[in-house]
Amino acid sequence: MQIVYKGENDPKVGKDVLSAMIPALAAQDPNFIYLDADLMSCIGTTKWAQANPDRAINCGIAEANMVGIAAGLSSVGFKPLVHTFGPFASRRCYDQAFLSGGYAKNPITIVGTDSGVTAAFNGGTHMPFEDMALYTAMPEATVLDVSDAAQFESVLQQVSDLPGVKYIRVPRKGFKKIYADGEQFEIGKGAVLKDGMDAVIFACGIMVAKALDAAATLEEEGISAAVVDLFTVKPLDAELVLSYAKKTGAVVTAENHNHIGGLTSAVTALLAAKLPTPVEYVAVEDVFGEVGPQDYLEKQFGLTAEHIVSQVKAVIARK
Amino acid sequence: MDTAKKVELEKFALQIRIAALEALKARGFGHIGGAMSIVDALAVLYGDVMRVDPANPTKPDRDKLVCSKGHAGPAVYGTLALKGYFPYEELKTLNQPGTRFPSHCDKNKTPGVDMTTGSLGQGASLAVGMALGDKLRGYDSKTYLFIGDGEANEGQVWEAAMFTAAKKLTNLVWLLDWNKKQLDGYTKDVLDAGNFSAKFAAFGFEVLTIDGNNIAELYDALHHVPTDRPIAIVMNTVKGAGIAEVEQTFSNHSMNFKPGDCDRWIGELTEKLHALA
Repeated sequence: MQIVYKGENDPKVGKDVLSAMIPALAAQDPNFIYLDADLMSCIGTTKWAQANPDRAINCGIAEANMVGIAAGLSSVGFKPLVHTFGPFASRRCYDQAFLSGGYAKNPITIVGTDSGVTAAFNGGTHMPFEDMALYTAMPEATVLDVSDAAQFESVLQQVSDLPGVKYIRVPRKGFKKIYADGEQFEIGKGAVLKDGMDAVIFACGIMVAKALDAAATLEEEGISAAVVDLFTVKPLDAELVLSYAKKTGAVVTAENHNHIGGLTSAVTALLAAKLPTPVEYVAVEDVFGEVGPQDYLEKQFGLTAEHIVSQVKAVIARK
Repeated sequence: MDTAKKVELEKFALQIRIAALEALKARGFGHIGGAMSIVDALAVLYGDVMRVDPANPTKPDRDKLVCSKGHAGPAVYGTLALKGYFPYEELKTLNQPGTRFPSHCDKNKTPGVDMTTGSLGQGASLAVGMALGDKLRGYDSKTYLFIGDGEANEGQVWEAAMFTAAKKLTNLVWLLDWNKKQLDGYTKDVLDAGNFSAKFAAFGFEVLTIDGNNIAELYDALHHVPTDRPIAIVMNTVKGAGIAEVEQTFSNHSMNFKPGDCDRWIGELTEKLHALA
């Protein structure tokens, strides 16, 4: 795994990946089909969709219907990818994803953009802190919170052929560049970005870059913290979590999501059952979202490298 | 339709009612009202209209049925048993542990069931997706969608209706089972939908309003060729149709049967069957 992280923005943002990958996936597989709910313009797929009306369906602002249609298409052999903003890709259509998709065994991929605080100026109505909680509670679902463009490309290439409901949350506008272009990821396996002895930071999504920043700061203070990208929140890479918990004896989780129902819940449930280990988290404290620039929101909800640093120190003190 | 065909389909409808009762009898309770109201439509669909092959129930270009009012499962199962999708005797396992015949339709359990339904409203969008997929593949197949009148309380039904008309999915035929009752009572009292025919017309459908328990009217409607607008068949039906005692029971959405009820009704239907023979 080649890490190229220098704290810089990824030249490709989430919507660039979608606007390039959706046509590419359609070209690769005649069964691939893309559905959107009046948000094609937000991810740059409008022109391609207009030129390919048999491969791209604009369902209008009717997300429950869209997910049901996707499940119906799946039942007759198509591989649908559905896109809308995170809250509409989870809360608004959850029962349809659960029953028409999951329970009825009609595999579908759902991409929810504007994960957590990256919804920024759209504010609390558009800010999903609970989407992973919903999808992790769905049997046979795969839940991904991707951390950069290369990783997003790699998982998009794989998810269409997986069974069940696949939910991918992703920022639409910004990524830090973490991985070399073309890097490949295995869904269900975490990526170790930095080894360490004193503590381990399990992060996902936009918090991975912040975990690397935090680890660098800690290193300067003589604290050796490992950083693991657990972009697959479900199914969790239990083997990797247990091995790093055992090795370091101190765990911090970091996620752009409510601490209930996402990465923190998954890691703590596993550790409580298999290897009780001190854990601190950096996550949203069970509150609703609000409007503002992303950097303000990150401070407001404690989703910062500085908070990770203090939580690592706190958890080491509990060893 | 000629008389012979009419008699054939009327007999099939009686046989479906008997088969559904055989399934319901074993447990002593079930969704009898809304099962019986769609039996005549099932008889015309599976007895004449639909291009299906019980020996190859998942053939991609077959015609498909989505019974979105999934609680009518026993009527669907009775139909499929008579078509030879599975042994008739197995109907009696309805709702037994491990059965292939749950209360609500499940495509992953029952051979011949094309879609999993039961959470009301969801079958509408699923049927849209199936019809859209078949159209994109260039199949000449059709998808038939049963929606309950109570089910039409659900907003998702109307999202799917809007999509069907807007995208001109003429290979999807909507059948609204207007049996006038839902679980808590008359639909006009629970949540009055007004005029279903006018509603579907306003959404952009060609609407055929018929007696949905009349074989000849169903036959004509289901053979009607659409132009550029999809067809919605608004079926005036009777909840519990074909079994007088059930028709006359106010709360007949789901009933508990007294010992002997089902056998008595099966007896009455069998007499009618013999009279037609």
